[in-house]
Amino acid sequence: MERGSSGCVARCVSLTALALLLCCPVAQSSEAETDPHSHTEHGGSSHGGSHKGNETGFQIVTFRWEHVQAPYVIALWILVASLGKIVFHLSEKVTSVVPESALLIVLGLILGGIVWAADHTASFTLTPTVFFFYLLPPIVLDAGYFMPNRHFFGNLGTILMYAVIGTVWNAATTGLSLYGVFLTGIMGDLKANLLEFLLFGSLIAAVDPVAVLAVFEEVHVNEVLFIIVFGESLLNDAVTVVLYNVFNSFVEVGPGNINGLDYFKGIVSFFVVSLGGAAVGVIFAFILSLVTRFTKHVRVIEPGFVFVISYLSYLTADMLSLSSILAITFCGICCQKYVKANLCEQSITTVRYAMKMLASGAETIIFMFLGISAVNPEIWTWNTAFILLTLVFISVYRVIGVVIQTWILNHYRVVQLEIIDQVVMSYGGLRGAVAFALVVLLDRDFVHERKLFVSTTIIVVYFTVIIQGLTIKPLVKWLKVKRSQHKEPLLNEKLHGRAFDHILSAIEDISGQIGHNYLRDKWTNFDRKYLSKIMMRKSAQISRDKILSVFRELNLKDAISYVSEGERKGSLAFIRSSSDVNVDFTGPRHYVVDSSVSAVLRESTSDVCLDMQAIENRAKSPKDREEIITHHMLQQHLYKPRKRYRLNYSRHKLARSEGEKQDKEIFQRTMKKRLENFKPTKLGNNYTTKFRNMKKERAAKKKHSDAVPNGRLATHSVAFHVNKDSEAEDPADGGISFLITPASNDSDETRSGIENPSFSNEEDQSIFQMIPPWISNEETVIPSQRARLQIPRSPNNFRRLTPLQLSNRSIDSFLLADISDEHPLSFLPESSM
Amino acid sequence: MGSSPSLPAWEIRNLVHTTGFTSEQIEILHRRFLHLTDGKPTMCRDCFDNIPDLECNPIKSRIVNAFFDRRNLGLQSNGTVDEITFENFLTILSFFQHMDENHAKEDLEYYKMEKLQFLFRMYDTNGDGKITLEELREIIDELLSKTSNTEKTSSSIADAAMMEAANICVGEMEPDQQYDGITFNDFLKIMQDIKIEAKMHVRFLNMDTTAICK
Repeated sequence: MERGSSGCVARCVSLTALALLLCCPVAQSSEAETDPHSHTEHGGSSHGGSHKGNETGFQIVTFRWEHVQAPYVIALWILVASLGKIVFHLSEKVTSVVPESALLIVLGLILGGIVWAADHTASFTLTPTVFFFYLLPPIVLDAGYFMPNRHFFGNLGTILMYAVIGTVWNAATTGLSLYGVFLTGIMGDLKANLLEFLLFGSLIAAVDPVAVLAVFEEVHVNEVLFIIVFGESLLNDAVTVVLYNVFNSFVEVGPGNINGLDYFKGIVSFFVVSLGGAAVGVIFAFILSLVTRFTKHVRVIEPGFVFVISYLSYLTADMLSLSSILAITFCGICCQKYVKANLCEQSITTVRYAMKMLASGAETIIFMFLGISAVNPEIWTWNTAFILLTLVFISVYRVIGVVIQTWILNHYRVVQLEIIDQVVMSYGGLRGAVAFALVVLLDRDFVHERKLFVSTTIIVVYFTVIIQGLTIKPLVKWLKVKRSQHKEPLLNEKLHGRAFDHILSAIEDISGQIGHNYLRDKWTNFDRKYLSKIMMRKSAQISRDKILSVFRELNLKDAISYVSEGERKGSLAFIRSSSDVNVDFTGPRHYVVDSSVSAVLRESTSDVCLDMQAIENRAKSPKDREEIITHHMLQQHLYKPRKRYRLNYSRHKLARSEGEKQDKEIFQRTMKKRLENFKPTKLGNNYTTKFRNMKKERAAKKKHSDAVPNGRLATHSVAFHVNKDSEAEDPADGGISFLITPASNDSDETRSGIENPSFSNEEDQSIFQMIPPWISNEETVIPSQRARLQIPRSPNNFRRLTPLQLSNRSIDSFLLADISDEHPLSFLPESSM
Repeated sequence: MGSSPSLPAWEIRNLVHTTGFTSEQIEILHRRFLHLTDGKPTMCRDCFDNIPDLECNPIKSRIVNAFFDRRNLGLQSNGTVDEITFENFLTILSFFQHMDENHAKEDLEYYKMEKLQFLFRMYDTNGDGKITLEELREIIDELLSKTSNTEKTSSSIADAAMMEAANICVGEMEPDQQYDGITFNDFLKIMQDIKIEAKMHVRFLNMDTTAICK
């Protein structure tokens, strides 16, 4: 398995590399040679059959490689990286052991090696411009936009401590120690002074968000640990940028020309850079939220705003030489709530997937290019002492820093960071592309040992990403670090959590303390009173409550699970499957209701568009007889599935006419369903006994077909589920639900008319057609005449009745559905209720 | 109010022993207590109206009630008292103390139970040892009150929550079985995933911040 997959990887790599070699203008000299090749390669494409000629005259088709070269190469690289990702995931074994980032680096190394072997130039490297302008922003935006805000702000103090003090500590100690060792002369003759060592220390000190995210996402440590390491890696950007800039300018100025004022300026600039960056992010988040409030009529480009405005925040901060990472992080963090409330369901899904795609694509490219960039003998110089010592120092000082800071923090933290956590935190200090990009940016005129710094950085990045990335998973397992468990959101937990917040803030109010809860409470109040009013749509302001959203989520999940359950079984069998706590005899009726609810959802997934899962569920509908019936009946009576875009192509509008209405309706229905499911649970006892009595009664009067076993109850029962949508039902009466089969004498009439939807599904239909119920089924109860006659009559009710009746009957009644809409009703007297 | 007499040393020592607060904290809280009561030795419900920050708390009445709940004050009977002393006040607040890890395991467990009991009583308003559907509905109503919801929604949320509770606590129900309320044991089951000791705590500072938040 392992060997096979690695062979596969190798083959694929060589194939793709070959294609690349053929397509890329690896050097100007080889242009002439590669052209015919690429020409044949792409023979199938639109350029096929052309010749690159210099003849004059009109060319029908011309081959213009130079014209498309740059974007073409970029697109190809992206393709290769993505294909690489596919290949890695062919073997689960490999990816479960080796982190993807490490695999990508190796892939990059191989590709770079091939390119270099063919060409002897390194034409593709990770340039800082590309990295900082195009690759980094999506990753950081993704991180900010999906940041668990509560965890983040709950641990903000800790994160800031590690990010600021930890990074400064790492930078200073690494730089100083290296300089100290350099003075002893082990490293040989280096043209570097103290400032350059400190500069190197500052760029190598920062934990890299990309690397951390890539590795930790696969490890699944608990949220607190994750947020601390990850938050640190995001927020330390400000520190890194400042330290880097300060030392860089110091180096350029020269050590002799620095005075005390400059140090002071450096410290001031730290606060300006970090707070300014965060402020830019918040301002842009505000703008973004405000803009999305008014996008109701331009739904199609709605998701675009999220990306464009966030990106602008990044560029703006960069322009003002503030921390751009902080800017875009805070933009994502602050806007998420309002954006999610303002955008429509589809746009949210779009944003979510687009963001994930961009971020993961950027990450893939970064790691691959980290690999490719290393294949360039020009950048390498080897200095064993320097490189090894750097590795040792960054690891050791990271551990020391973490231990000291944690010791201090634990005095103030409620949830203590234990030794295991500290180990993971120290070990998770991965360095990555940020350090690499920064070191490449160094000016070789001022920093004489730039080459050495670059090679050391590459080694450090490789060491941390590959070696530490490889071993962190076993380490976490071995240490039994608390993992994060993904579980369903429980309504109760949400409720109690909310209650907690209020209680705690109240207690702080009462006891006159100012703590987290006090601040949070004041912030929520402020948010509700002012911010939300400005930045959220009116409709969103009402429905954004967390509890509601969890409730809604649960409902939708319920419904989806019904659908998938049903489709897994390949039929409407799921109607009969018991999956809820139900008093047994209520079963059939409920399942009928359930089926309709879930089926409604299935029909409308195209509108609601919950998630990919829902779409997938929709895609795999088995062609089953009953299924067709359901579909038919749904089409007839419940919701009209969206008509296939009737020839009206529009770039600006997605068909979404019924979407919101149905969404709402479904929500209410699912709620109703839960309500109904619940009631028997809650009230089951009473009615069981009543039912038993009735059963006895019925047994006694078995021979008298027009017996009246508690007609009133039956009436209500019928009325209840027919009237599903009406508000009027009394919960007590509504809970009654048992089988009611048509009365025996006039079964003809019943079948054509008021056949009850709760008609048992378990029975073979034919039985009901021929055998009167008192013979066929023990469980049946014969409703009174009154009950049968009193079904409230309203077109609405019968719309629902008829299709349900269908499913009980043979398939030929399929066509009857349309007829039975009108005719059977005429048998019925007006409701006397 | 600053001129109010501070507690005698022996009483503070007693309170330190019984409630677990430090003496500084007790003095600060005592000052706060007197501030709320306008210098009287006992506290009534109206005193809580003096706290403007509390006004916008949707479950204010519940929380205030908890202070007067006999069960929380260590009294045997159900029902509420009309006035509480400073010691009672501290007793209630001590539910929200942070538990150090270095206590014995049984102690920690005990404190956890105490905290949960406190919470449970807050839901169980009539004191029958069960959170019934109506009680659940009430509290959800209160929790949602801020976001202008229809009654229907909150009651169906309560239904759903109750369903969920039934599912968690009883599992598959017998046909005849009925679930009429969350008992304390069920409550424990529901809350088992929530780290109560980490969540339900207020950091009582040794610093006087009463001046800032009136």
